[in-house]
Amino acid sequence: MNQFLQYCVSGLSIGSLYALVALGVVLIYRSTRILNFAHGDMATAGTFFALMIYELHPSFGLSFSLALLFGGLLAMGFYFGILIPAQRRDATLLGQTILTVGLGLIFQGLSSYFGGTEPQSFPFPLSDTKVYKLGQIYISQLALGATGFSLLGSLLLFFLVQRTRLGLAMRATSENLQAAQTLGIPTRRVLSLSWGLASLLGVLAGLFLAPALLLDPFFMLEPFLKGFAAAVLGGLNSLPGAIVGGFLLGLAESLAGGYLTVAFKNTLAFLIIIIILLIRPEGLLGTEFKERV
Amino acid sequence: MSFLKIANIETLYFDRIYALHGLTLDVAEKEIFAVLGPNGAGKTTLLKTVAGLLKDQPKKGIIEFNGRRIHRLAPERISSLGIVYVPEDRGLFRELTVKENLDLGCWGRRTKGIKEDLDFIYELFPILIERTGQQAETLSGGEQQMLAIARAMLRKPKLLMLDEPSLGLAPLLARNVFEALEKISQLGTTILLVEQNAKLALKIANYGYILEAGRIVLKGTSKELMENEDVQELYLGLGQETTTSKGWRLYKKRRRW
Repeated sequence: MNQFLQYCVSGLSIGSLYALVALGVVLIYRSTRILNFAHGDMATAGTFFALMIYELHPSFGLSFSLALLFGGLLAMGFYFGILIPAQRRDATLLGQTILTVGLGLIFQGLSSYFGGTEPQSFPFPLSDTKVYKLGQIYISQLALGATGFSLLGSLLLFFLVQRTRLGLAMRATSENLQAAQTLGIPTRRVLSLSWGLASLLGVLAGLFLAPALLLDPFFMLEPFLKGFAAAVLGGLNSLPGAIVGGFLLGLAESLAGGYLTVAFKNTLAFLIIIIILLIRPEGLLGTEFKERV
Repeated sequence: MSFLKIANIETLYFDRIYALHGLTLDVAEKEIFAVLGPNGAGKTTLLKTVAGLLKDQPKKGIIEFNGRRIHRLAPERISSLGIVYVPEDRGLFRELTVKENLDLGCWGRRTKGIKEDLDFIYELFPILIERTGQQAETLSGGEQQMLAIARAMLRKPKLLMLDEPSLGLAPLLARNVFEALEKISQLGTTILLVEQNAKLALKIANYGYILEAGRIVLKGTSKELMENEDVQELYLGLGQETTTSKGWRLYKKRRRW
């Protein structure tokens, strides 16, 4: 029983980071119908940026907040600089998705050039060897922090989207772009903000993943794929779905790794996803896009 | 000087299919203008072109609003000048509540005056009060149309463009909506209306245009149009008997435009 709880706790803590990545993917998909394949690489770039700033000026608060800002601005720059001109030239959604793949490759190149390809350890205020004991369960400082911060991030996002005027505009724009335009809502600024926020969440996940995974230009690849899978599992157009999907994937992975073999960790998790999607193709909390007259 | 002046505009789809063929049209301030025409005449295209929703259109021609050129501006800009477009599908945010839809109608406004406008709208469409917390997609067709018009009114439009407000409504509801439009017009809003239901539209309009195959073929006050034989036969269904009692078709009247 204790062992089961232990697996659950570590599953939930890694799941919270998947949820954070998934939230970013869903946020962008919901508002622009684009799958952002550069999501992981933007997070990598942001994390490298944090490291560079930290080396210049060793303060965690400063380097991390600058990195979050950097990630957000990077995505907004991509939206304004590349996606909008592409849309002006009638780029299809698939074409725009391919642009994000290209962007991802560019970021990989830049991260390798500026950050180096050698895996390096990432200085972090929380340690993953310092362990707290809650009853019979152990949880590391890092995992606790990661869970806390991703929950906080999700909550803030929820508050922004559901309770503010800006969030209302975001929901309106993602549902009916043309109607939002005719109401005079500055849709481009709203959409660029969605991109910025999504990327910011990605960088936040990256900052918490880097100390455990070691920083290299490709370290976000697996978390990105997992987050993407979690988003599909929860329903690509549902923000709560992304969180549920992330936690479920983390749990499944941790339990499979614990009770079967570590080799099957990913296999079983993805098997579960396949089965769920066979039963509910639109994802757990997703809704089918309906076109009505 | 006309309020909205459209001169020789040409709108194309996919760069080769002409929807509007050098269309010219004037709208005077504070009156109701109706554009009538059969399916595919370009009525919706006309409104979308004015609203700026068709990218890079009109290809040629001029659209002036209040003496200011507005063609090919971004839809947000055109909307901020006071032209509000209510599309055929009503353009509601279906997953948002009635209240949220109305709130979005107030986007960019100061809080001052919103209360009065809301009161005016609720007086016009009392049903919206009951539906405040409901999602827009759960409303009936008529209620959706009312919500769309109400939301448009919150933007304090100088020119209100409506695409087939009677579409899919029961006759009684359609009449309600049109009565509301009359009231709105009396308060000084210019209305440009596109309709298939010619009878209803000409009843409230001051002036009408007949649009066919992307051109204006006839214009006049609504009285003139209602008395025009061709309009009567083709749009109002009041045509003269064209068959004998034995059922032989005597002749088919030709349109004279």
